[in-house]
Amino acid sequence: MSVPAAYYLSLSALLFTLGAAGVLVRRSALIVFMSVELMLNAVNLTLVTFARLRGAVDGQVLVFFVLVVAAAEVVVGLAIIVDVFRSRETVDIDDADLLRG
Amino acid sequence: MTAAVVLIPLLPLAGWAVLGAWGGRWPARVVGTVACATVIAAFGAAVAVLRGLAAMPPESRLVTVDVYRWIAAGPVVIPFRLLADPLSAAMALVVAGVGALIHVYSAGYMAGDRGFARYFAYLNLFMAAMLLLVLAGNLAVMFIGWEGVGLCSYLLIAFWFERPAAARAGVKAFIVTRLGDVGFLLGIFAVFGVFGTLDFTTITREAAQRLALGAAVPTAIALLLFLGAVGKSAQLPLYVWLPDAMEGPTPVSALIHAATMVTAGVYMIVRLHAVYLRAPLALDVVAVTGAVTAIFAAAAALVESDLKRVLAYSTISQLGYMFLAVGVAAWSAGMFHLTTHAFFKALLFLAAGAVMHALGGETDMRRMGGGLGRRLPRTAAAFAIGALALAGVPPLAGFFSKEQILGETFASGHAALWAVGLLTAGVTAFYITRAHVLTFGPAAAPRGDAGAVPHDPPGIMLWPTAALAALTVAGGAIGTLEIQGPLGRWLRPVVDAGVAQPVPGTASASAAAMGTAYWLPLAAGLAVSVAGLILGWLVYARGTVRGAAPALGTLLARRFYVEAFYDAAVVSPVRTIAAWSAVFDRRVIDRAVTGVADGLGRGGAALRRLQSGYLRHYAAFVLVGAILILAYWIWRP
Repeated sequence: MSVPAAYYLSLSALLFTLGAAGVLVRRSALIVFMSVELMLNAVNLTLVTFARLRGAVDGQVLVFFVLVVAAAEVVVGLAIIVDVFRSRETVDIDDADLLRG
Repeated sequence: MTAAVVLIPLLPLAGWAVLGAWGGRWPARVVGTVACATVIAAFGAAVAVLRGLAAMPPESRLVTVDVYRWIAAGPVVIPFRLLADPLSAAMALVVAGVGALIHVYSAGYMAGDRGFARYFAYLNLFMAAMLLLVLAGNLAVMFIGWEGVGLCSYLLIAFWFERPAAARAGVKAFIVTRLGDVGFLLGIFAVFGVFGTLDFTTITREAAQRLALGAAVPTAIALLLFLGAVGKSAQLPLYVWLPDAMEGPTPVSALIHAATMVTAGVYMIVRLHAVYLRAPLALDVVAVTGAVTAIFAAAAALVESDLKRVLAYSTISQLGYMFLAVGVAAWSAGMFHLTTHAFFKALLFLAAGAVMHALGGETDMRRMGGGLGRRLPRTAAAFAIGALALAGVPPLAGFFSKEQILGETFASGHAALWAVGLLTAGVTAFYITRAHVLTFGPAAAPRGDAGAVPHDPPGIMLWPTAALAALTVAGGAIGTLEIQGPLGRWLRPVVDAGVAQPVPGTASASAAAMGTAYWLPLAAGLAVSVAGLILGWLVYARGTVRGAAPALGTLLARRFYVEAFYDAAVVSPVRTIAAWSAVFDRRVIDRAVTGVADGLGRGGAALRRLQSGYLRHYAAFVLVGAILILAYWIWRP
C-alpha cells in the first residue's frame, strides 16, 4: 500500500509555490536564498516521485547530482551574501540595485 | 638620359613623401635642406637632359620614356609616358631653376613658421606635379600634373588656413580653375576621339591629316583646351582667382602664381600647336583674349593699392602677352616671354616678400614709402631691376621678349592687337613705376608700427634674389630680338614639326616681310615704355600731374565690374540654390535622420525602465516567462 503519486506531486507544487513566493516577496537575501533551495528541493521531490512511478532509477540519480550541485551553489551563494554584508552592512536585496537601467 | 628624365619629377616627389611622413619631427634646418636638395638635384637632372639633347642632331632631339603601362583597356592603351624634347627640356630647366631659387628663399622666408615642414612638403609636391606636367608625353599624364599643380596651388594659397581670407581664396582658386578644367577634360576626350591616342608626338605628326584646316572639329578641340588654359593661366574671364591667391605665402606667389603654374596654359598650347594651326579661328580667339586680358589687367594694376595684388594683375597682364604671342603663332616668342617673365616676376615677388619680411607682413603700398628704399637698399635695387625688365627697358630680359612679341604681332598683320599690346606696354611701365615709387619712394608716408627698424632680409633670402636679378639682366640673351634667336632655333625642331606649310596670317608666313618693318614696332614699343616710365615718375614721385578722372578710377577700381558680374550671375544664384538646399536638408533629410535616431532613443528609454535593478523583478520575469512557456506547451494546438 503506497501513497499515490498525486500527493507527492501536490506537496511538491506547494513547496515550489512557497519558494517562488518567498523569492518574490522577501527582502532578506538569506530568506530568498532559502526559498530558492526550497524550489530546488520541490523539483527534486518531483523527480523522485516520477522515478518511483516509472520504476527506473535515472530520476533518483539525477537528484543526487542536483543535491551535490546545490551544495556547491550554497557555498558560493552564502559567500556572496557574506561579502555583500561586509561591504554594505545589510543583506536587504532591495538595496542592491546597481544594475538599474 | 632616360634615368635623368624620370628623376626630374621623381626627386621632388620623393622629397614630398619623406617630408610629409617625417618632416614634422625633424628640425627646420634638415627639412629645408632636404626640400632644397631634391629640387636642386632635379635642376641638375634637367641640365643633364638639356645637355644630352643638345648633343644630338637637331632633328632627332626626342626622348620618350614609358615608365609603365598605365591604362590598358582593350584597344585603349595609355602608357605613363615622359617626353623630353627641346621644348619640355627648356621649360623643365626654367621650372626647376626658378623653383630651386625660390625653395632656398623660402627657407629664410618661412623660418619660424609652425607649418614649416608642411610648407616644404607641399612645395616639393608642387614641383613634382609641375615637372610632370612639363615632361608629360601624352595628355593623360599632363592632366595628372595639371590637376596636381591645381591641388598644390589650393593647398599653398590656403596655407595659413586659420585666416578666413586665405581659406576662401584657396577654395576660390580651386573652383574657378575647375571651371576651365571641365573644358580641358572635354578637349582631351575630343582629341582621343579624333586621334585615337593622346600621345603628343603622334598628335603633332598626324594633325595635318586628321584635322581639316579651319573645320569645326579642330576649332572645337582648340577652344576647349584653351578654356583649360584660360582657367589655369588666369585669363579673362576666369582671372578672378589670381589676385585673391596672393593670400598665400609670398614665395608661393612667386613660384606658382607668377613663374610656373600659371604659365602651364601657354606651355600646353605650344605643346599642341599643331592642333591650333589647324584652327585659325581658335588662334584668333587666343590672341584676342590675350590682348584684351593684357590691357585689362594692366589697367586694374594701375589703381591697386596692395603691392602683391599689383604684381598679381601684372602677372595676368603678362600672361595675356604670352597668349597674344601664341595666338599669332609666334610659339618661341611666347616661350621666350614665359621664361623672362619667370625670371623678372619671381624677382619682383621675392623683393616684395623682402619688403613684407621687413614690415611684418604689410602689403599696403599706402603705408610704405617713408624712405624704405634707403633702409632696404638691396631689396629696392632688386625690385627696380625687375620693374625695369617688366617695363621693357633694354638691355634687361623683358625688353627682348616683349619686343619680340610685339614685333611678331605686327609682322603677322594683326595691327589692332599690336596697338593694344603697345598701349599695354605703356600702362605696364606706368603702374610698375607707381608701385616702386609708392613702396620705396621718398614720400614720407605715416608708418603704422614704430617697431624695429626695417632692414634687408638675411643672406639666404638675398642670394636667390640676386641670382634672379642676374638672370633678369642677362636672360635676354637666350632669345635676342629675332624670332630665330638662340631660343627660337633651339625650339625649332618642336614648333616646326606641326607646320606642314606656312599658314596664312601667321608669323611664319610673314617672316619674309619682317626686314626693315621690324624696326618700326621696336622703336614704338621702346618709346611707349619709356614714356610710361617717365609719366609714372612725374605723377607719383614728383606729383606734377594729378590723377585721372574719378569716374575712370572707379571703373578701374571695380575691375570693370567683372567681379560684380560674377557675383550677380554665378555667386548669387548659387547661394540662393544653396539656401534652398540647406532648408531642404534641415527640414527633410535631417529630420528623417534625426527622427530615426529619436525613435530608437525613445524606444531605448522605454525599455530601460524594465531594468529596475531589483532582484524580485527579474525573478518575476523568469517566473512569468516559465509560466507562459508552460502554458504554451500545455494548450499547444
